[in-house]
Amino acid sequence: MTEKMILIPGRSAKQGTSLNIGKLKDEYKEVTSTLEMNTDEMAKRGLVDGDKVRLSNDIGETIVSCIGKKPEDLPDGMLFIPYGPPSSELMASDTAGCGMPLSKHMEVEIEKIST
Amino acid sequence: MAENTKIIENATCTFCGCVCDDMILTVDLDEKKIIKSKNACVLGRAWFAEHTIDEDAPAAMIDGKEVSVEEAIEEAAQTLTKAKFPITYGLSDTTCEAQRQAVAITDRIKGNIDTTTSVCHGPSGLAFQGVGESTSTLGEVKNRADLVIYWGGNPAESHPRHFGRYAVTPKGMFTPRGKKDRTVVLVDVRKTKSSPVADILIRPKPGKDFEVLWALRALVKGKKLSDDIEERTGVPLEVLQDLSDRMKNCRFGVLFFGMGLTMTRGRHFNSGALLALATDLNEFTHFVAKPVRGHGNVTGADNVVSWQTGYPFGVNFSRGYPRFNPGEFTTVDTLANGHADAAMIIASDPASNFPKKAIQHLKSIPVVVLDTKMTETSKDAHVAFRTSTYGINTSGTVYRMDDVPITLRPAFESPFPDDESILKGINKRVNELMLAKHYASGASGEVKVAAPI
Repeated sequence: MTEKMILIPGRSAKQGTSLNIGKLKDEYKEVTSTLEMNTDEMAKRGLVDGDKVRLSNDIGETIVSCIGKKPEDLPDGMLFIPYGPPSSELMASDTAGCGMPLSKHMEVEIEKIST
Repeated sequence: MAENTKIIENATCTFCGCVCDDMILTVDLDEKKIIKSKNACVLGRAWFAEHTIDEDAPAAMIDGKEVSVEEAIEEAAQTLTKAKFPITYGLSDTTCEAQRQAVAITDRIKGNIDTTTSVCHGPSGLAFQGVGESTSTLGEVKNRADLVIYWGGNPAESHPRHFGRYAVTPKGMFTPRGKKDRTVVLVDVRKTKSSPVADILIRPKPGKDFEVLWALRALVKGKKLSDDIEERTGVPLEVLQDLSDRMKNCRFGVLFFGMGLTMTRGRHFNSGALLALATDLNEFTHFVAKPVRGHGNVTGADNVVSWQTGYPFGVNFSRGYPRFNPGEFTTVDTLANGHADAAMIIASDPASNFPKKAIQHLKSIPVVVLDTKMTETSKDAHVAFRTSTYGINTSGTVYRMDDVPITLRPAFESPFPDDESILKGINKRVNELMLAKHYASGASGEVKVAAPI
């Protein structure tokens, strides 16, 4: 099943500490490829913590692991990921004349990867 | 337990834009590392603990092979002077002194200079020019602010000491009871680790910040809003009215704003709406607006590039004088449009956070990188310098997010050169090569070129 959702890449404390260790190290790679989704949305898709999903849009696609958040914290239809190489795969380069690509609120399709 | 230690008092953390200058560092001089960083937040502790010295790492490489720093400087200068559209980018994690050298190099090679501001608060920079900025230092906020609003940010994770050191809990001259003397409002589409600090939490629908800000402007001016405002924005009318009343009736209000405004639909219009709201409120009380800046010296980068070119970022020297044009001379654009044919990246890692198309072009051109660690950008660089870390190994000047300059107190020496000295070397050599190019083109007579700074 695929369905469009809004992806918000942003900072997290764990991302901040792991980038100090090194951006090519496993810890940073893991942090930036862990997707937060509310537990209702996960249940709807038969997902549990650690499952892999494919995020895609007309720019590209990336595969990440998902982890549950309380529905009152992260609303339906919304996803959060610490920004990094996976979120770059989905980011359009058009800056609408201001230099800034749309780096948050990206529309993406999400699909469970069968294991 | 380390025996050969020293204590550095009033050291500065340059990890984020808070630039906290009350660090007490314990340095193990034998191991050349910081073993304790008193007063640091979780990010600061990682910053100090993880910037150790890797003695085995080469100081300079060309195409992945170890070379001397001098050879790398020569190759960097050759690469930059041969290019038709060389770009300089990054600069937010280095000193103002190094930033100054980078502007000079870009000027000499008639290149394009831009900083990480363009993918951070660049839209706010545009809004400042269009709307103006009602501003203050963080010290004024600490001493005076009784209404503190955070809009589109999560400081608890990105700037952990912003609450405790500057804006929420510290006791100030007119806020003697700390948080008890302040009302804290948080506006964000999701509930974050910052939410517990808020007295009032407002959660608009995603992408509706501009509409909420404009609605508040209307209410502040006494206009009536349509009944469907909640349906449009996700925020009930009574919540907006209450916030409007609080803003008009506070003694000193501050709007701190983050990437939730600048990176979403509307971009500079969102920042502009917030700045205009702050301006409107000064008809009733004292109100300021401050962008919460990310990297340790991104504010310094704005200042230095502004001093030297007249513009804060996205500046092009190809005609021999500075031109400012975001959307054309900003780095995502110079890369994604395929214009840049060489790049010098200083203390930044665009290959890990730029749009895919821009990264693809960056990987197709010769790149010179200065960084303290191996990154996605430096691992494929044509010329890569490993540098010492500002604030830990080298002194210099950085600007806190409220434009207050702070001098760094280094903790221990590094065997690697600092950004400024490498850039000075490139600047000197670029100057010689550009003069030689000038005379080789058949030009005669003496050329007046300023000596390298």
